[in-house]
Amino acid sequence: MSEAAAIDSAAEAAEAPLTPESWGKLGMWIFLAADAMSFGCLIVGYALLRHASEKWPPPAQTLGINLTAFMTLLLIISSVTMVLSLSAIQNGDLRRFKKFLLLTILGGLLFLGCQAYEWTHLITDRLPELGISFSTHLFATTFFVLTGFHGMHVTGGVLYNSCVLAACLRGRYGAKHVEIAGLYWHFVDLVWILIFTFVYLI
Amino acid sequence: MTTAQAHAHPQPNYMGVFWWLLALTIGEVAVAYAPFLPKLTMIILLVGMAFTKAALVALYFMHLKFERSTLTLVALTPLILCVFLSLMLLPDIHP
Repeated sequence: MSEAAAIDSAAEAAEAPLTPESWGKLGMWIFLAADAMSFGCLIVGYALLRHASEKWPPPAQTLGINLTAFMTLLLIISSVTMVLSLSAIQNGDLRRFKKFLLLTILGGLLFLGCQAYEWTHLITDRLPELGISFSTHLFATTFFVLTGFHGMHVTGGVLYNSCVLAACLRGRYGAKHVEIAGLYWHFVDLVWILIFTFVYLI
Repeated sequence: MTTAQAHAHPQPNYMGVFWWLLALTIGEVAVAYAPFLPKLTMIILLVGMAFTKAALVALYFMHLKFERSTLTLVALTPLILCVFLSLMLLPDIHP
């Protein structure tokens, strides 16, 4: 065998460290660790700015906790449907896989709809009536940047899941790809759990 | 292309994990609405519940519990770095 061919076949056989069954899975985990740093820095920045301010509007009275609690449950339920869809495709049950992945996508869309409603209500009614605007208080900036950055991730996740669904139904993708998409979606849920606690409840 | 079989382990009880997540979410909202609670107690309870929920999602939904333990270290590194970041920035918050 020529040296080049030997190198090629050796490279193809190499297993990924930590997740030997899939290089993509390792790649996603490392990406998520980096993304967690982005969110972590935003949350830490928010916490320190709030700690350094004399007057900060109490979130419990300023923001709508009930709607947001419902949004939290939406994402948690969508994580459950995601993991059930992975389990289905691993067992070869394409009908069940499709049903649960569609439910996951729907959950994400409902979350975004609720967030759009929440933002509209805050921007047009609630914040002006409390005299809070981007130019007067850091509350507005930190809130919208943090929840907006997360909302962008949800949007990306909905698109990602839709692409994976289409490709799986066409037979081009399999359980491995669904697992990796699942990791991203659970991460989005996890970050929201933390944002819900630190921005809305504390 | 063969489906990569994940290393064999019994499937976690996903619905069980969901009920815990639901209970903890309700618990968090209850604590947030509780009228007479010292601020520090409230923060400790909320942060504790939030991290428990995050751990449940990571360990069971993301299958971290069934992966190699070094991957858990990869996943925990951002948390450690963010704690470090907060501590390093604390002296600067009052100009």
